Amino acid sequence: MARAAQISADPSAGAAGPAIAVRGVAKSFGSVRALDGVDLDVATGTVLGLLGPNGAGKTTLVRVLTTLLEPDSGTATVAGLDVVRDAGALRHRIGLAGQYAAVDEDLTGMENLTMVGRLYGAARSDARRRAAELLERFDLVDAGDRVTSTYSGGMRRRLDLAAALVARPRVVFLDEPTTGLDPRSRIALWETIEGLVADGATVLLTTQYLDEADRLADSITVIDHGRVIAQGTADELKDRVGGERLEVTLEREDDVAAATRALETMVSEEPAVRGRTVGAPVRSRSGAIAEAVRRLTEAGVGVDDIDLRRPTLDDVFLALTGHAAEERREDDAADGIEPPATRGRRGRARRGRGG
Amino acid sequence: MRRLLSDTLILAERNLVRLPRKPELLLAFTVQPIMFVLLFRYVFGGAIRTGGLAYVEYLIPGMVVQSIAFGGFVTALGLNEDVHKGLVDRFRSLPMARAAVLAGRTLADVVTNFLSIWVLVLTGLVIGFSFNAPASHVVAGVALLLLIGFAFSWVFALVGLVASTPESANSVGFIAIFPLTFISSAFVPVASMPAALRAFADVNPFTIFVDAMRSLWIGTPAGNYVWGAVAWALAIMLVFAPLAVARYRRATGS
Ligand SMILES: Nc1ncnc2c1ncn2[C@@H]1O[C@H](COP(=O)(O)OP(=O)(O)O)[C@@H](O)[C@H]1O
Ligand SMILES: [Mg+2]
Repeated sequence: MARAAQISADPSAGAAGPAIAVRGVAKSFGSVRALDGVDLDVATGTVLGLLGPNGAGKTTLVRVLTTLLEPDSGTATVAGLDVVRDAGALRHRIGLAGQYAAVDEDLTGMENLTMVGRLYGAARSDARRRAAELLERFDLVDAGDRVTSTYSGGMRRRLDLAAALVARPRVVFLDEPTTGLDPRSRIALWETIEGLVADGATVLLTTQYLDEADRLADSITVIDHGRVIAQGTADELKDRVGGERLEVTLEREDDVAAATRALETMVSEEPAVRGRTVGAPVRSRSGAIAEAVRRLTEAGVGVDDIDLRRPTLDDVFLALTGHAAEERREDDAADGIEPPATRGRRGRARRGRGG
Repeated sequence: MRRLLSDTLILAERNLVRLPRKPELLLAFTVQPIMFVLLFRYVFGGAIRTGGLAYVEYLIPGMVVQSIAFGGFVTALGLNEDVHKGLVDRFRSLPMARAAVLAGRTLADVVTNFLSIWVLVLTGLVIGFSFNAPASHVVAGVALLLLIGFAFSWVFALVGLVASTPESANSVGFIAIFPLTFISSAFVPVASMPAALRAFADVNPFTIFVDAMRSLWIGTPAGNYVWGAVAWALAIMLVFAPLAVARYRRATGS
């Protein structure tokens, strides 16, 4: 009886205090300090975006919080339960969708979800009912009886997320849920995650994509080299970088030096150059675009695009760490067309202009 | 404990449901042993002297033991895949019995081992093998084989958890166990080997397993082989099962 009850929602879980509280958590692998004293809190019912480049320690923190890894030092509680001492009880309350979709490729979607439900202690018939419910919710009904090796990346991700939700956890951990997905699947998954939060779950989401954190997270924690380097809402973080930024995309990359010279006296710091884009905070907002165009025209520099905007999380990251958020991503090497730093910006630029 | 049992059954079911969807694995249980039996019987068999016994009678118990010892490779491959595809992380984040992931594998191996015993025995019967023992001994022989197979599944479980890729899991198992099965009484009489090999073969558990099977199935003198075989199988299990479970507990999946 007790076990059957565990699969249904437990409204009291995590009702008091933060859903996640982390104090001084450190974890080393040999000489690598993957986590170097992390503190953070996540209020119940909110989404925390854990942001950081590859190797920052995001997955390690998720593994500590989901009882997969014991910290070397420090303490962490999730839903009021200690991740080490109460690990067994905690596993009833959390859902994990790891960095790689953890589905059995030789089972169907239905079989995968049913297995997870039964491992939570549900009877086979209850587990099947819950699985059917989740397939419906994640738009996988038609694919439910196919083995998952035939699924697309997006479908596999959705199934993985569904598996994390089988026991209606109050705290959900999503480790880079949209990495490797095409833009349409990403947006669909974002909507799913928003639905999850609307239902009252607390979500900790790791990501390398700044636009993702910007859209989904109530608050953002930036980590690098296992340490928290900034914490706050997206707006607070952007404010730390300062005023409006002028971004000029030149017609020709050769003109970068000339453009930098021409704009020198109207910006407050040395412009950052990314390919043929030159950007820097402006001293004064009013008339900045007209003034910039006039100066560049005078200098004989062709302008492709010009924009005055609030700083993005990209800028925040650059300012905090001295390197772009995605500069260490492996697949950048394969993408010779565009310099790494501009890649993560596409999505936001599109949203910015479209909306 | 009840939890361990029910979770083990859930995972054994998972592993068996998968099996027919992996035709290459099924071939390994069926076509491969048949091929080996035929090769030994018709290529080497004529040149191997086995006293008053027809070679096919001598061969089948040895062949069954060898193929049962390798039955656990499905566990090695499957566990290795589970570690590297993140499924082990999922399982470890669930409120389930931890040893069940391993026990579910090794239990599923018992079923596939049973299948391959059938295939080998039927093949043997077609090419001239016959049981020369009471039915109770034949059944006891099958039980002994399943016990040996189960013990080796735990060895393979450890290999699968430790190996960096499925390929290396496969070759570690192969390199460690394959020679052991040959330097034994499985395919040729130990007396025909050079002194050093013979000394090894005499104490090799495979010699004991095979001699136990011969005594149960074709009525060769039994000695203490059967109890010796049971003791060896239990010893292997008692060493490797805890090692594999300990390794699983700290499997990182990175
Ligand atoms: N099991 C492990 N063994 C050794 N080093 C590890 C292990 N897991 C992570 N690391 C190292 O710890 C650091 C943080 O890794 P990780 O938490 O995976 O970062 P992220 O998820 O932010 O990319 C990296 O330097 C990584 O190489
Ligand atoms: Mg990671």
